[in-house]
Amino acid sequence: MSGTERILSAEEAVTDYVLAQEAKDQLRFLTCGSVDDGKSTLIGRLLYDTKLIFEDQLATLEKDSRKHGTVGDEIDLALLVDGLEAEREQGITIDVAYRFFATDKRKFIVADTPGHEQYTRNMATGASTADLAVLLVDARQGLMVQTRRHAFIASLLGIRHVVLAVNKIDLVDYAKDRFDDIRTEFEQFANGFDFESLVAIPMSARFGDNVTVKSDRMPWYDGPALLEHLEAVEVGEHELDAPFRFPVQWVNRPNLDFRGYSGTIASGRVSVGDELVVAGPAKTSRVARIIAPEGNVSEARAGEAVTLTLADEIDISRGDLLASPADRPDVADQMAAHVIWMADEPMLPGRSYLLKIGAKTVTATVTEIKHKINVNTFEHMAGKTLDLNEIAFCNLATAAPVAFDPYEVNKATGSFILIDRLTNATVGAGLVWFALRRATNIHWQALDIDRQARADKLGQTPAVLWFTGLSGSGKSTIASIVEKKLHLEGRHTYTLDGDNVRHGLNKDLGFTDADRVENIRRVGEVARLMTDAGLITLVSFISPFRSERQMARELMGDGEFIEIFVDTPIEECKTRDPKGLYAKAERGEIKNFTGIDSPYEAPEYPEIHLNNVGRDPEDVADEVIGYLKDKGMIG
Amino acid sequence: MSLPESRLTNLRRLEAESIHIIREVAAEFSNPVMLYSIGKDSGVMLHLAMKAFYPSKPPFPLLHVDTTWKFRDMITFRDETAAKLGLDLIVHTNQDGVAKGINPFDHGSSVHTHIMKTEALKQALDKYGFDAAFGGARRDEEKSRAKERVFSFRNASHGWDPKNQRPELWNLYNARVAKGESIRAFPLSNWTELDIWQYILTENIPMVPLYLAARRPVVNRDGMLIMVDDARMKLLPGEVVEDKMIRFRTLGCYPLTGAIESDADTLPAIVREMLIARTSERQGRLIDQDEAASMEKKKREGYF
Repeated sequence: MSGTERILSAEEAVTDYVLAQEAKDQLRFLTCGSVDDGKSTLIGRLLYDTKLIFEDQLATLEKDSRKHGTVGDEIDLALLVDGLEAEREQGITIDVAYRFFATDKRKFIVADTPGHEQYTRNMATGASTADLAVLLVDARQGLMVQTRRHAFIASLLGIRHVVLAVNKIDLVDYAKDRFDDIRTEFEQFANGFDFESLVAIPMSARFGDNVTVKSDRMPWYDGPALLEHLEAVEVGEHELDAPFRFPVQWVNRPNLDFRGYSGTIASGRVSVGDELVVAGPAKTSRVARIIAPEGNVSEARAGEAVTLTLADEIDISRGDLLASPADRPDVADQMAAHVIWMADEPMLPGRSYLLKIGAKTVTATVTEIKHKINVNTFEHMAGKTLDLNEIAFCNLATAAPVAFDPYEVNKATGSFILIDRLTNATVGAGLVWFALRRATNIHWQALDIDRQARADKLGQTPAVLWFTGLSGSGKSTIASIVEKKLHLEGRHTYTLDGDNVRHGLNKDLGFTDADRVENIRRVGEVARLMTDAGLITLVSFISPFRSERQMARELMGDGEFIEIFVDTPIEECKTRDPKGLYAKAERGEIKNFTGIDSPYEAPEYPEIHLNNVGRDPEDVADEVIGYLKDKGMIG
Repeated sequence: MSLPESRLTNLRRLEAESIHIIREVAAEFSNPVMLYSIGKDSGVMLHLAMKAFYPSKPPFPLLHVDTTWKFRDMITFRDETAAKLGLDLIVHTNQDGVAKGINPFDHGSSVHTHIMKTEALKQALDKYGFDAAFGGARRDEEKSRAKERVFSFRNASHGWDPKNQRPELWNLYNARVAKGESIRAFPLSNWTELDIWQYILTENIPMVPLYLAARRPVVNRDGMLIMVDDARMKLLPGEVVEDKMIRFRTLGCYPLTGAIESDADTLPAIVREMLIARTSERQGRLIDQDEAASMEKKKREGYF
């Protein structure tokens, strides 16, 4: 037998087959539609028809269909994908589910996302990693408000390829006219979005028409079946054409002879010898080695997880962004971005959150909501706060400069998440639009006389005594006694009182959550200026939210902020009610009253916890003075 | 060499994504650990961790929760692997369970698994104060897994709340936890069983020999072929031990893991068998056969 005509053994054939499969690429897509458009049925159909539903899964499915099924005695394909017990019983999908199937050409990862209005969050989640979106519409209903919303979110998240799946075509007798009307309407509507490809397909997920293979029930349709399109569509890799970006994830330092920077290449390419710059400090060096998963390589590209070593020893740590010196990212501490809010508790401008971008995490605040976007009509609306599933165009400020690109240009370096500092929940997602230049033009005025000099002149240690507690808890009474005692000891003091400040500096603010945040932000800033001036500042504010008290704390130097919790139970405060406010609030005459219809978040670890029931205010004030003496802050 | 123009292949994309996740956990947490169950998924995860930190070693130990009922071959393979790679291996067994004589034969799969696996895992995580634990679970394994996050948050009592999961966008993972809380991290979330075998084949990753067919002593119990791995397995009336050509698609406690009859004694032969398989891999696990939603219940209680 000649060498060239050798017959492959079964084993070699498998090895060849598997190796050939290795060339397969991956397509991630999401399906979105309204509640009854049949998303789950469509995915179930794709899994079923691609023969990846194994027999035992099928047996379980048949059992479950009898229990929960909504299509009589037939197998309910949707049950294949509706995972969690609760949602199966309600018959709706409530969270993002990921499903997998493969053909000989591609492996597919499907994100199944719910269509209810309140779940915009989940669709944005699924869209963030998808190459393509399949938007389902019911042929009987045509385009719905939700369809527009889905197209908008897909476009906002940077999805460039869309399939309009006109489902349940069997229920309109496979009518070409109906399909053409829906397609035309959608094409006109989608004109404003920047989709590279938009394909409309008439189908019946339930019966399999035009899902994996062309149906003979619609001879008038000459386009591809859904799976044919998914296998063939060229989604490109825009990140490959963008300038080189490499967020440093981990510094690899096994010994003194090796210092590598590990991360996933966000965009572009890199070769040994390339010059790179650290965004921000602008130090440059050249690439010495590239270590890829398979070993040393001479070049690497977007999407690969590698370790780079550089020719020079420069100081680089996690969170730094390495970039092409010819085309650098923005570095700024203010930016404009779209923010999608994902938490029940609303976003409040001025509140501080953690912002994670690439491998860097910094504190950040939304300084201004420029406008909210109505996701159904795309109208711009004014707004002071942002609720769950709302999208707004905002200005943000970060505590330190960060490196980024506009999301439109680079998804990986232009996306961030916002994390609540107290609950640690992921509360928002952001897409950077551009850097705000004004941040870079305001430099701190360097002062010759510094805070130390002023404090020395007064002969005291500046501090902020922050009294927090319910209205009527006795904050102001105690603060006033404490100030008198300090004054008698020759200390320089000043008191900021809630009621007084609200008549002047903060008279433009009301009592909504957003205004309460701004109220405390301003008072915190004023208190900081006063400690700069060397004063012992007494702040007497209800200050109901932990986040804002934390924000005020962080404005001051170490040990300067002393949180004093005036702990008087609400029943006692109501009895005292010195200004008659509780009575009014309970009659509904005052809205957003702390303790009645607005929450008070008690301090968890205050420096001083004052029990103020049935005690002489003089004794309570002495407890504060005692603390200051113990800490050596007063003699 | 020309610049690579085509899209990254499926396996390369999966590999890069997993390495990214593993590095992110190592960078963000103060005390992570990698759950090593000795199976094929664990083997792939460990292989990826070795790549992620090369030339350094992974900056975390391995943890094996030993129920004392694992196949002997697994224990041998585990110890050899840790020694060969030079990694720290922590082996934890629920000593309370051992003292009470908990075993799968007398107490059944559900009690045994709960005490010797779920409870044991929680004990180990608490004992060492781990704030993150890698697991090799994949979303394609089972329905409740399909909705699990890559960084899956657990409260201070290790519970999972499927309705209150953190949204996970792009490749930005939220690693913030309060004291006592933790994250289970799943670097293989987007791999399928076929991807795993394909990767093992192309990367030549060593596996426990039990995955390959050989003649082994088995009894047929409740329709499953259970291997007689040691003398603790007592025969029921009417049962006979037979030598059969068998292999395992998943590995766990030997009394709870069903074998399949097979001649596939090489990796390519396994893949071939898998490509024409008519049953999914979890069929071999007694633990999953109760209810479709059983996994969700277990996970709420802290099962991996």
